[in-house]
Amino acid sequence: MKSREVLIGLLILAGLLVAPTAIYPVFLMKVLCFALFACAFNLLIGYVGLLSFGHAMFFGFAAYIAGHAIKVLGWPTELGLAAATATAALMGLAVGLIAIRRQGIYFAMVTLALSQMVFFFCLQSKFTGGEDGIQAIPRRPVFGVIDIQNDITLYYFVLAIFVAGFLLIYRTIHSPFGQVLKAIRENEPRAISLGYRIDHYKLLAFVLSAGLAGLAGATKVLVFQLASLTDVQWQMSGEVVLMTLVGGMGTVLGPVVGAAVIISMQNYLKGLGEWVLVIQGLIFVITVLVFRRGVVGEIWAAMTRRKPESGPPA
Amino acid sequence: MSQKAGNLMTASDAIIETQGLGKSFKGFWAVKNVDLRVRRGTIHALIGPNGAGKTTCFNLITKFLVPSEGTIRFNGRDITALKPADVARLGLVRSFQISATFPHLTVMENVRVALQRPLGTSFQFWRSESSLDRLNDRAMALLADVGLETYSELPAVGLSYGRKRALEIATTLALEPEMLLLDEPMAGMGREDIARVSQLIKRVAKNRTVLMVEHNLNVVADLSDTITVLARGEILAEGDYATVSRNPQVVEAYMGTGAGTPAGASAADA
Repeated sequence: MKSREVLIGLLILAGLLVAPTAIYPVFLMKVLCFALFACAFNLLIGYVGLLSFGHAMFFGFAAYIAGHAIKVLGWPTELGLAAATATAALMGLAVGLIAIRRQGIYFAMVTLALSQMVFFFCLQSKFTGGEDGIQAIPRRPVFGVIDIQNDITLYYFVLAIFVAGFLLIYRTIHSPFGQVLKAIRENEPRAISLGYRIDHYKLLAFVLSAGLAGLAGATKVLVFQLASLTDVQWQMSGEVVLMTLVGGMGTVLGPVVGAAVIISMQNYLKGLGEWVLVIQGLIFVITVLVFRRGVVGEIWAAMTRRKPESGPPA
Repeated sequence: MSQKAGNLMTASDAIIETQGLGKSFKGFWAVKNVDLRVRRGTIHALIGPNGAGKTTCFNLITKFLVPSEGTIRFNGRDITALKPADVARLGLVRSFQISATFPHLTVMENVRVALQRPLGTSFQFWRSESSLDRLNDRAMALLADVGLETYSELPAVGLSYGRKRALEIATTLALEPEMLLLDEPMAGMGREDIARVSQLIKRVAKNRTVLMVEHNLNVVADLSDTITVLARGEILAEGDYATVSRNPQVVEAYMGTGAGTPAGASAADA
C-alpha cells in the first residue's frame, strides 16, 4: 500500500516537472498555490474533523503581509514568504484558541465571523490598499541569486514550495501526532478517556493548517504580483471547501486533484462568464449527493474493493 | 470473590471516596448527597432502576460531568476540580456504554494510541509514524490477552460487538490503570459474549479495582464484591449481592417481584 502511494507521488511529481513544456506555467502555478491551500485545509477537515469556514483569512492576509514586506519594506522574497507564513500561523493560534472549544456548526460559525473581521480590517486599513490591493509586487531574486522574473524559473520555485508543504502535511498525517489526530476524529470522548488533552492537539493542527494556508497565499503573490481583497473574502473560504470536497477530503491527494479541477474550470470555461459559478454549484451538489468521497476517495475505494479481503473475517 | 466484601473497611482501603456528591440539571437533582466508597482491589457494581442516576454518578467520578456539590477523592487526593484527561492520567480510566473504539484505525492502532502517550512524542508532527513500531510487541501482547491477536490488521469497525468490547478493554489496559470504570460493559451483548467478557473482567480485576454500572443482574451477582443500589439519585442500599437482594426497600424500588428480575421490567414505577 505504502509503496504504491510513493509510486503515484513520484509519477505526479515527474508530470509536474515536465508540465510547463505543455501547459501555461502561470496557470500551473495558480493550481499549485490552491492545491497547497486545499491540502492545508484538508489537514483540519479530513484528519481532525474540524470544518473551518474562514481559511481565507490566513490565505488572504498572508498575501498582504508578503506583498507589503516585499514591495513596501523591500524585503527579500524568502523573508517575505517566511514573515507571511509566521503571521498566518500566529493568527491561527489566536483564532484557534477562540474556536477550538466549539464543535461542528459553531466552530464553522466562529471561524467565519473571525474571518469577516479580518476582511473588514483589510478593507479599511491603509497598508492593504483597500479596493486596489497591493499591486506590482516585485519578483526579487530568491536568496539573492535565483532570478524568478522568468515564469518558468518561478514555476520550479513554486513547485518546490508546494512539494515541501505537501510533504510536511503528509508527514504530519503519518506521525505520532497524526495518530492522535485520527483518534480524536474517530472518537473524541474516548481519546479524552485515554488521557489526551485534545484541545492542545486540535490547536497545533489548526496552527499548522493556518501557517500552510498562509504560505500558499504568499506564494500566490509572487505569481500574480498582486494581493487583493478577493483572497481574503468569504467566497475564498467556500472555494477551498469545494476543492477539498470535490477531490476527496481525508485523502492525501484529493485536495490537489480538487484544486486542479476547480481552477481548470474557472480558467477554461471563462467564456461562459457567470455560468461557471452555476456549474461549480452543480458539481458541488452532485459530489455531495453521489460521490461523497470525492474523485480520489472514489478511485481509492474502487481500488481497495477489487482486492480480496485480507485477514480473518470479523 | 464475594467473601472479600465481608471484611472491615477502613479509610485507607478506599480508592475512590465521594462525599455529598450531587449533580443538578436545571434544578433537577439527578444525583443527590451520594457518599460512595470503593474499596481497593474489589469489583464494585452500581445498580438501580432506569433514571436512578447511575450513569450520572459514573460521569461525575470520571469528570465527564462537573459536580454541583460534594467532593471526590481518588487515593486520598481531591480530584473534584480536575479535567477528564487528567483524571485518566492518574490511572482512573473509564469505558463507555457504546463501545468506544476508533473505528477506522486498525485493531493494533487502537491499542497503540493508548500506548503511545507515555513516549512523549505525541505532539511531534515531524517524526515518522514508524517510530511507533516499537510499541507493536506490547500491543500484540495486550491483544493476545483478550484473544484478538489474529485481528490486529483489521479496522476495528469490522469486529463483532463482543470483540469490540474486548478491544476496548485491551486499549484501556494499555494504560495500566489502577482503577477501571466500566459503563454497562454487557449492554447489548449476546450470552456467549457476556460469558467471555465476564471472564475477562474477572481476570483484569485481579490486581486492580473495578467500578461498573451494569443492568444484567446475573452478571452483577457473579462478578461483584460490593453492590451499591441507587434510586432517585440517592443511595438506597449497599452490601454484597445476598444482603442487597434481601433488602425490602431494594426489592420494592428495583426488583419488584424478587431477585433476578431483569432491570427495566419493574422500573417504570421508580
